Amino acid sequence: MNGQANGGVHAVPLRVLAQVFGALLILTVLTVVLANYHFGPFDLWIAMGIATLKALLVALFFMHLRWDRPFNGVIFLCSLVFVFIFIGFCLLDTSSYQDQVKLRQNDLLMQKK
Amino acid sequence: MSQVLETGAVDGGGAHDRPAHLAHHFDTPEQQFETAKLGMWVFLVTEILFFSGLFCAYAVFRANNPEIFLYGHAFLDKTLGAANTIILITSSFTMAWAVRCAQIGARKGLIINLILTFVCAAGFMGIKAVEYSQKVEHGLLWGNKFNPEVHAVEGSGSGAEAAAAHVEEPPVGAHIFFGIYFGMTGLHGLHVLIGMGLILWLLIRAMKGHFGPGYFTPVDIVGLYWHLVDLIWIFLFPLLYLIH
Repeated sequence: MNGQANGGVHAVPLRVLAQVFGALLILTVLTVVLANYHFGPFDLWIAMGIATLKALLVALFFMHLRWDRPFNGVIFLCSLVFVFIFIGFCLLDTSSYQDQVKLRQNDLLMQKK
Repeated sequence: MSQVLETGAVDGGGAHDRPAHLAHHFDTPEQQFETAKLGMWVFLVTEILFFSGLFCAYAVFRANNPEIFLYGHAFLDKTLGAANTIILITSSFTMAWAVRCAQIGARKGLIINLILTFVCAAGFMGIKAVEYSQKVEHGLLWGNKFNPEVHAVEGSGSGAEAAAAHVEEPPVGAHIFFGIYFGMTGLHGLHVLIGMGLILWLLIRAMKGHFGPGYFTPVDIVGLYWHLVDLIWIFLFPLLYLIH
């Protein structure tokens, strides 16, 4: 769905590309500066939030998803859903038996001594 | 045999109203372009899932042993990492600009932007090489190759001293951080190298005048690949370099 009837193509205006580029640079500086401050448990979430915002800008404008057929974007979002399921369930799994792992490690250490 | 010739003759007859790049199983160039793009997006999805295995390893190890990551990340040069992030974002910008140039038929702009993208990619790999050689020098490697003490004592210079300050007592399993670091940045670096090859191929074809408003599919597709490489680095940089 290019929007043009005569097979014309949608070229992203240079001004838009430059604005996205500027925003990406600002967000990069922001994430480096914020890394010098400590927000406790929020550190990781702030860094990941900025990274996601940057990724969104790249996907929407540089990768043309904003103007593309919605189906391409749906495919992309589906992969992210599966990545979340994959990593989320792995984390749930590993955290559910960490206590036993630590106990076992302590047992082994005691045996060595 | 004659059938082939006949088919060829039919195709040849229709070639007047069909562009040379349009394959016979597509009705219009737009259909061919959209199909290629859909195929590329499916490939990019497999790439994301491919990398997600490493991101998962990272998440599991960091959740269970955060001290390894706190210890390991101190050896990574934040300045070089940030420089590489900016270089890669710049290359993404020039790549998007190159696609625009191809779409509007600006051949000179296309060639210049492809060269700039290639130079940025080479710069990224150059900085990566500097970082890797520092790690090798200080024995900050994966698995049983991890032996920072020996190298810190043998080595000289401020870098070794800085490393020596950290090697007082590496936590158990500190080598896992470097395994993950080299695994993730190595796979990403391999993608950058492949991307450089593809950009070079585009550059040669652009110089021959293959691309214009009617046909820019390869530029667009390689562009998508290149932006994905940038996208993955956007997450790798804070996850590996900016830990606390």
